[in-house]
Amino acid sequence: MSATGSRLRVAEQDGITRIEFVDRNILDEANIQQIGDEISQIIDELESPKLLISFENVDHLSSAALGTLITINNKIRGKDGQLRLANIDPQIYEVFVITKLNKLFEIHDGSEQAIASFS
Amino acid sequence: MSRCPSANQPFTGTYVIRNLRQEIERAQLLILAEIERRDYDRACCFGIRLALEEALSNAFKHGNGDDPEKTVRLACSISDGKVVIDIEDQGQGFDPGAVPDPTQQENVEIPAGRGLVLMRSFMTDVRIHPPGNRVEMTYLRHPKTA
Repeated sequence: MSATGSRLRVAEQDGITRIEFVDRNILDEANIQQIGDEISQIIDELESPKLLISFENVDHLSSAALGTLITINNKIRGKDGQLRLANIDPQIYEVFVITKLNKLFEIHDGSEQAIASFS
Repeated sequence: MSRCPSANQPFTGTYVIRNLRQEIERAQLLILAEIERRDYDRACCFGIRLALEEALSNAFKHGNGDDPEKTVRLACSISDGKVVIDIEDQGQGFDPGAVPDPTQQENVEIPAGRGLVLMRSFMTDVRIHPPGNRVEMTYLRHPKTA
């Protein structure tokens, strides 16, 4: 569910926290900062976080958002957690390929595959 | 700002933008509307929008240092075959050769520095004019024939 003023929809099931974005365009630096802060808070509250970030409704994503994802990934790894990305639009996936971040992140086509990949 | 009403005539526009999200988005949407009106396909529009976003973000953040008193000049020329976007900030400029390549293995986990890579990837040509506070980006719709 999405809390008032939150830029995220968060659901937890079987120890996996699934995160979706409220915004279709993740471009505005202030919004990206808020998204980063909200996800960091979620990670802080978990012992060994298993996060699935779904880009199901996202049309545009800037390099600032990529930077936030890298910071999130580093934070999760610091807590021996796991991060999966899923449901990325082909054009946005190209952004990951261009920046070679498709090699850094574990990216799955759909949520079910991503959930099954957690160890 | 100048504007040509016919879709077949080149559109030119110049905007002075403050670091306010609504001003940035208004200019972006005006430019994108002109591009879409000329039937540039979805992939072109996606790439040009991203390059424009990255260039403006760099101009305000790194160029103007997020100084609310400083503005960015955005000029564009849009025709059926070519899009030229020219962005100038009020900063000191930078040396693009000194920016670490974020696609190199040793830099891939650094959470910054990807804007220029994306601009260069999605646009046909990106030129940074000395002293480095002005970027000129060109997209050719048909590079082999334009």
